[in-house]
Amino acid sequence: MSASRSANAAPEPRARTKARRQAIERSPWLIHYDASSCNGCDIEILACLTPVYDAERFGCIVTGDPKQADILLVTGSVNALNGPVLRNLWEQMPEPRAVVAIGACAYSGGVFADCYNVQGGIATVIPVDVYVQGCAARPESILDGVVRAAQILADKRRALRADKKRGGRGKGGA
Amino acid sequence: MNGKLYFALAYLLLGPIAGGLLAGVDRKLTARLQGRLGPPILQPFYDLRKLLTRRLDPVNRIQVPFVASHLVFAAMTGVLIFMGGDLLLIIFVLTLAGIFLVLAAYSTGSPYGKIGADRELILMMAYEPMVILSLVGLFRVTRAFDFWGIAASGKPLALMLPGIFLGFCLVLIMKLRKSPYDISTSHHAHQELVKGLTADLGGPALGLVELAHWYESVYLYGLVLLFWSWNPLAAILGPTATYFLIILVDNATARLKWGMTLASAWIITLAAGVGNLIPFYLGRLP
Repeated sequence: MSASRSANAAPEPRARTKARRQAIERSPWLIHYDASSCNGCDIEILACLTPVYDAERFGCIVTGDPKQADILLVTGSVNALNGPVLRNLWEQMPEPRAVVAIGACAYSGGVFADCYNVQGGIATVIPVDVYVQGCAARPESILDGVVRAAQILADKRRALRADKKRGGRGKGGA
Repeated sequence: MNGKLYFALAYLLLGPIAGGLLAGVDRKLTARLQGRLGPPILQPFYDLRKLLTRRLDPVNRIQVPFVASHLVFAAMTGVLIFMGGDLLLIIFVLTLAGIFLVLAAYSTGSPYGKIGADRELILMMAYEPMVILSLVGLFRVTRAFDFWGIAASGKPLALMLPGIFLGFCLVLIMKLRKSPYDISTSHHAHQELVKGLTADLGGPALGLVELAHWYESVYLYGLVLLFWSWNPLAAILGPTATYFLIILVDNATARLKWGMTLASAWIITLAAGVGNLIPFYLGRLP
């Protein structure tokens, strides 16, 4: 589709993708929360954060403190008990922040969607930036989700900075 | 005199750069020891930049002054050391820096922060006797109580004071927050008590703690260098081997409970530290 349109501006999209690749958040610290369901995805998260899969090469540090985290990894589905907890964790994270919903349950409730207590996926409580597929999700795809979230985080940080610059001028010292 | 002042000034300005690089090399080496690629060497600087550009959102009003005081006194400890100040005075400044961090953790009200602060106090109890014994040992051999005086003695301190040096390595493990003594907080992904001491310290406040830690790691490197300063080859190989061994121990050991921490630290202090001093004070060593 882009072949005809970018005939006379060929290098431009490539330059943009290169810039995008560089614009990954360099220090995306993670926090993970396991909502309900079977815990399989959470075990995969733990596997993916061990030395074997080396999430630290992207600058990731696993922190237990939402105030220090940039990316929230969530597995499982939302119910009346864990919904407020999840919301609380998310609200404690400073801007910019990104949410990665991992596995089928985090998307829609998965195989538990019809249970009497399940309200649905993570998006019923907090906005989700990246969905990672799978039941259970593979560590490789979880890592891919984290890297994509790091890109989104970099975009959000840029937007936030531009917003602040504009807001600072407009409000005048507010 | 002027030379010392310039050196202290250089420490104040370049200390964070050296400390950040030390932290980066440490993380890379740890990753390689675990058979993985690891973060870039400059990763600590990326982390610090992110933390310091965050919006300051402290949980209370006193937390940030405490953390800032921690940074000031941690930097001051190094400045005093490299200005040639009395090392006995420096112990007090070093303790004060630690206390401010503990106060910052207590002020948050987080249960994890509180346990972390309790454990940091236990760590201070564990390493202070050895710090004092180290100074006694260094004074007994060199008759000097300041950094440059000890460095100028030209004696093979690490060889004359092997027990003291071993004990000092223990202090180093605790101050650098390495296993098996990282009971109050840890740098690793496997964390203790959420984040222990630094729980509820977010954004710039955590950045200041990190900066203070870099200042600390640089003056600690200086003190390790002191033990190996009798010839250039030893000055290069000694500290390098020491740091490599500490990182190796960090990767090869599990975290101790607080009781074991205190007991093992004091037993090693008594056996290696005091044991090393006995021949100097009771025997015929000069």
